Amino acid sequence: MGQRSQEIPGVLTETADSLDFADLQHFLMSRPPARAARYEFLSFRNAIAGGAWLTGLIDKVGTAKAVGGDIVDSRWVTLGFTWIGLKAMGLDEASLATFPDEFRQGMAARAQILGITGASDPDHWVGGLSSPALHAIAILFARDAGERERCRQEHEQHVKKCKGVELLSALDLEAIPPFDHAHEHFGYRDRLSQPVIEGTGVEPTPGSGPAIKAGEFFLGYPDEKGPPANLPQPDILSRNGSYVAYLRIEEHVGAFRDFLRQHGETPDQQEWIAAKLMGRWRSGAPMVLAPKKDAPELGADPQRSNDFNYRTMDPHGYGCPLGAHIRRMNPRDTAVNMNRRKMIRRGGTYGPPLPEGAPEDGKERGIAAFVGCASLVRQFEFAMNVWTNDPTFHELENERDPIFGTQDGTFDMTIPNRPIRKKIKGLPAFTTIRGGAYFFLPGIKALRYLASLNAGS
Amino acid sequence: MAITTPITPAQSTIAEKDWTKPAAMALPKEGYFEREPGRYGPIFPRTPACYGFSVVAKVKPGREQAVRDYGKHIEEAVKQDPSVLAPLRLHYLRWVLFDVGSGLHFMYQGIFDTDFDKYLEDAVALFVKTGITTVFVNLEGWPEDWKTNLPAVIRFFRDHQCPSFLEYGEYPYVTADEIKKALQLKASFSTMLDLMQ
Repeated sequence: MGQRSQEIPGVLTETADSLDFADLQHFLMSRPPARAARYEFLSFRNAIAGGAWLTGLIDKVGTAKAVGGDIVDSRWVTLGFTWIGLKAMGLDEASLATFPDEFRQGMAARAQILGITGASDPDHWVGGLSSPALHAIAILFARDAGERERCRQEHEQHVKKCKGVELLSALDLEAIPPFDHAHEHFGYRDRLSQPVIEGTGVEPTPGSGPAIKAGEFFLGYPDEKGPPANLPQPDILSRNGSYVAYLRIEEHVGAFRDFLRQHGETPDQQEWIAAKLMGRWRSGAPMVLAPKKDAPELGADPQRSNDFNYRTMDPHGYGCPLGAHIRRMNPRDTAVNMNRRKMIRRGGTYGPPLPEGAPEDGKERGIAAFVGCASLVRQFEFAMNVWTNDPTFHELENERDPIFGTQDGTFDMTIPNRPIRKKIKGLPAFTTIRGGAYFFLPGIKALRYLASLNAGS
Repeated sequence: MAITTPITPAQSTIAEKDWTKPAAMALPKEGYFEREPGRYGPIFPRTPACYGFSVVAKVKPGREQAVRDYGKHIEEAVKQDPSVLAPLRLHYLRWVLFDVGSGLHFMYQGIFDTDFDKYLEDAVALFVKTGITTVFVNLEGWPEDWKTNLPAVIRFFRDHQCPSFLEYGEYPYVTADEIKKALQLKASFSTMLDLMQ
């Protein structure tokens, strides 16, 4: 069987609801050993063009079974379609009507519901992502930027051959130094809290809660409520599929560093402010466990870095402020039905790193993120609407997520503190959404079904 | 391009949040001033009486007693676990049966602290858990596949919702949590003063 990544074990449980690893795209299951990637956003002039494009790529799509090992030369692709894209591929009207409303409308049309307004409004998005011409995404993974360029050329050749396929836009991604741990442009360690899927045999790290039923992320499996129901039709199209919400999040590193300097006289004070906004020190150490001083070895230890709760350990937010990013994104034991609110995050950094001490250079840099789930409205949209951008979250009254929420200079941030709490008024925007979309990631059989819609045409 | 700027929740709460002055708010026929979209439909604004709904539906023939029996059921459930309805963030709940000439109707009126759209999924999950949902099966229009079809359940509540055209609050916009905290503080001070006698 060869080597396996830590995310897929050697023994797979054989039950009636066994995960069909060979049919699931790898994207939400495991990460290929890639330090670079390219997202290509495509448009099909007609169904035949789309069908030809898909047919030529199916064998390159990474499955959960194949991806995740230490295979160095693997170049895998992940494919997804918008609702308009499924229509462009020739899916019939009756089937299209069985897909959920929010997916059909698309993220741009739902932006106000998500709180993505002002400078983040779809009117300002780049790359054609708010246009109805966005039909599909091809995610090309590569070991490094050099290999990514070879992938790009290969895909470009393929697209040229399929007359009627257009590249709407693209985004190049690569990890930024230091490379020993995942992090983003602000310097925060990332990927510290991910749900574990039941049936993969992976043990959740302490504090992460129990493994979550596969149906919360993949269609066709029982979810935390019960057996699968109301799946899009036909069955072969929806089974083993997932939805992902894509967000291109620009990070204003200069503004962020200026803010830290403004609110902290010493480097230690600046780290403290940065930690209070996030809920973790940039090292990853959670504020609940390390409220006063950073503890990098704690941040680097997955067996400890997620082992905390809020209701008993930090009810008033003296460690992790009530409105801090990680507390909003996962309220843990202070919210109900949390097992129905889990999401799988993927993505990476784009743009050149801004060296410490260098002034803002105006180049776009940030994170291109995917949020995977089985129900966009219940999982992703709930998180955006009720946690990220709702000023009444935890009855804070005039606060949104300080890092990721839509900030326009009028919202505050309360940092509970003894004897007097610290209240920062008029938070600047550290991030701006430059684009977004809802994609459906079909299973392999579903991809073949989509390709067959135009077979012999 | 014209940009519509609906009043954001932030603006409305800051401008109007004054619990010291009783206030009344008249509302348009639709139940909202500007159509602000929620995940499942338009959002009804926060008023001096916080948030609420009045769901009115016709009772299926012969089901009156079944509906009335739920009064006892809920009483028991809350006795067993006083926090059972906490996710609904209720101030008050009133269930009424009435017949004013067009057959027996059931009204479910609730006053709570989070808008309808945000808490619907948690409410339905709670209803299923506590068995409250089964009172609704006695109502005409309730979806047969309610156990698996959340959008249909949400549609039922929205279709049968009768928005208020006037709401009044003696202590406007104050949440149940804030009231309880204030009372707790008062009780603690009172105890402390008594101990100092």
